[in-house]
Amino acid sequence: MLEKNNKCEINKGEKMINCIVTGVGGQGTVLASKLIAQSAMNKGMKVRTSETIGMSQRGGGVVSHVRIGNEIHSPLINLSSADVIIGFEPAEAVRYLPYLKELGTVIVANNPIKPVTDSLSDTNYNGADMIKYLKENVAHLFVLDAEAVFEKCGSTKILNTALLGVVAASGVLGFSLEDMEKSIHEKVREKFIHMNINALHFGAETYLKPNSKKCE
Amino acid sequence: MELLMGNQAIAMGAIRAGVGVVTGYPGTPSTEILETIAKKNPGNIYVEWSVNEKTALEVAAGAAYAGQRTMVTMKQVGMNVASDPLMSLAYIGVKGGMVIVVADDPGPISSQTEQDSRHFGVFAKLPVFDPSSPEEAYLMIGDAFEYSQKYHTPVLFRPTTRVCHAYATVEVDEKIYEVKPEGFVKDSKWVIFPRLSYNNHIKIEERQPKLSKDFSSYIYNNVTGTGKTGIATGGISYAYTREALSNIAGECKLFKVATPHPFPEELALEFLDGLEEVLVIEELDPVIEKELIFLCGKYNLNINIMGKLTKHIQNAGENTVESVTQAISKFLDIPAPKVKEIKDLPQLPIRPPVLCAGCPHRASFYAVKKAMKGIKAVFSGDIGCYTLGNAKPLEMVDTCLCMGAGITIAQGLHRVEPDTVNFAFVGDSTFFHTGIPGVINAVYNETDIVLIVLDNSTTAMTGNQPHPGTGRTMMGNVTEKIIISDVLKAVGVKHVVTINPFDLENAVLEVKAAAQFKGISAIVFKAPCIAVAPPAPLYVVDNEKCTGCKKCIKELGCPAIVKDNDKVKIDQALCYGCTLCENICPFHAIGGSNVGKK
Repeated sequence: MLEKNNKCEINKGEKMINCIVTGVGGQGTVLASKLIAQSAMNKGMKVRTSETIGMSQRGGGVVSHVRIGNEIHSPLINLSSADVIIGFEPAEAVRYLPYLKELGTVIVANNPIKPVTDSLSDTNYNGADMIKYLKENVAHLFVLDAEAVFEKCGSTKILNTALLGVVAASGVLGFSLEDMEKSIHEKVREKFIHMNINALHFGAETYLKPNSKKCE
Repeated sequence: MELLMGNQAIAMGAIRAGVGVVTGYPGTPSTEILETIAKKNPGNIYVEWSVNEKTALEVAAGAAYAGQRTMVTMKQVGMNVASDPLMSLAYIGVKGGMVIVVADDPGPISSQTEQDSRHFGVFAKLPVFDPSSPEEAYLMIGDAFEYSQKYHTPVLFRPTTRVCHAYATVEVDEKIYEVKPEGFVKDSKWVIFPRLSYNNHIKIEERQPKLSKDFSSYIYNNVTGTGKTGIATGGISYAYTREALSNIAGECKLFKVATPHPFPEELALEFLDGLEEVLVIEELDPVIEKELIFLCGKYNLNINIMGKLTKHIQNAGENTVESVTQAISKFLDIPAPKVKEIKDLPQLPIRPPVLCAGCPHRASFYAVKKAMKGIKAVFSGDIGCYTLGNAKPLEMVDTCLCMGAGITIAQGLHRVEPDTVNFAFVGDSTFFHTGIPGVINAVYNETDIVLIVLDNSTTAMTGNQPHPGTGRTMMGNVTEKIIISDVLKAVGVKHVVTINPFDLENAVLEVKAAAQFKGISAIVFKAPCIAVAPPAPLYVVDNEKCTGCKKCIKELGCPAIVKDNDKVKIDQALCYGCTLCENICPFHAIGGSNVGKK
């Protein structure tokens, strides 16, 4: 479980926040980073982000760097300086661990996406080793049960807002559920708003319900 | 305040500057500039995706002859295509402001080359602007128009990927600068002749030092700090340098170069004054570094200039905050902050980009592979999503060079090995871009190749832009579709067949027939990209019929088909119901969503 003392001070506007959002092309990482950025801007903060666009989007690993604060120059986060990694996929979360701060937070969905290279070889990637590694090596970790999200929300496209529900409920980025709801209303197309708000709340409930925290 | 991508900021800045005609050809990392212009068009901007970069530059030049403010957008390799009109236009000049945006791609992340477009400024003797952030790009593009108009010359605006695809909060100005084009005025100055070129060459050489002087007081060129050590940098490397200096609490003189050509000499001398050592931090080629070395020679300054030429900065790949921090910490002799050690990292799955599940290119490659089994054949590819056909298990791209080259490389290969069947794969947008002359060359010179046009009705790799075959323009008009098979027949290709590649059996037969045809033959594989196609019923595997032979995985490499213990399953989130796997399963275990569900 994520600890309360890990909450950031964004509301005071003094601290710089670095957040990595990572997954596989097509999972919706870009929208997640946009919603975080929008929430920061709604609080009057300046934002810099960097996105993976182009060839690597085709089933390749993708990453968004989201940086919040008034004295930031680079759109990319330094190694060992991300406060939070939001992983849409276990291996992709592990891949970006070098960016995580010593006592940083990882919020990760546990569904593996098997690349074609894995299907064609004898390696049997299933995500479990990655989750195990994260549990052993990350100070603050929350694992979201992706299957439960898909089942409850009836779509695989809302993993992003479900993860942001965890982000909001845990307070790691300093945004509340209301902040995220507002950003969803501002940034998501009308017909998908309802579905995304539901996923946001489901993600938050998963984090808050004591019996759901099986993944500590 | 708005969160804008660098490319959106460039577009918004150009709209603010009163641009009236915008042309370009899609190419990562430049594509979103023109798309944003089309989306945010206040109503009076003409915007088009041109057929290629040369065409785009010429259309924009014509509009600038008539006094309009014009902008052309392209990626760095696009500038190679546009370089013919660029070099001549540099001699002719323009009346309205004309900005050529050419996006470089250090890394390279999505490109064939790591070429440095600042050299095109040096080569053509044109001013170059190099923004270091989206917010700076938003304002700088307006300055680029001003300088262009003041000096009657096209100017280059050269962002790099990390500026193009970074987002930042930008203060957007609602006011739009008003341009009233005078119209074209007939004058011999618009007709390039040797005598005119000679005279204009003299004028250009006289202009260079004036521009250099002007740029020395340009707001985004600046010198800060004091001391005997200095760092010179520009573009995104400036942002990394600021970040690195703040990480290690380093202090030194800092020279930010926003106009690498003509080099702001006076400001550079002010920077060099009193220095003993300089570290130059830039990406791609040592352009600033060589300018400083030149000045040290010219003014007999005994300063040690370090950078790429001295191996203090890597000479390939992109810079990062980490690489810049390392270089600066050595240069200033301040220890770099410790980076956390990651131990015993588990084996991570390799995740190269692949053809999407449902991609019609997979079916096309598979049909050709099937048809050519046991026959000596070489498959020349081209630039687009279908370059990904090189990966296992298809392995159907043997060569890839540049836009349109597959068609002509195949012809060269065939001249040496006439007994090999030489295939050339080309996408629809690439066919229009630079493919057609190669086809005519094959017809004219009687070369026996098989042309495969992968027509997915869009420019897919760069994000589904319209092209001449789609019947849509960037102004939202419906226009006549140019039919590729008609073009092929019109230029003299005698054997032209259009077929849906998902009709696998017939597709294989048609490929065999085309391969046997003497002279250039062509097959147009027509099936829409999944991004523009209507959804179809998804496919599932019947577990009772599946024997676990994994033929579907081994032959297709579709990301939606994954191992499931000793059988396979289809990931419903990825499947597009393309039918290809159903067609190849020897046990009929794969079918539309009702198969396998009792």
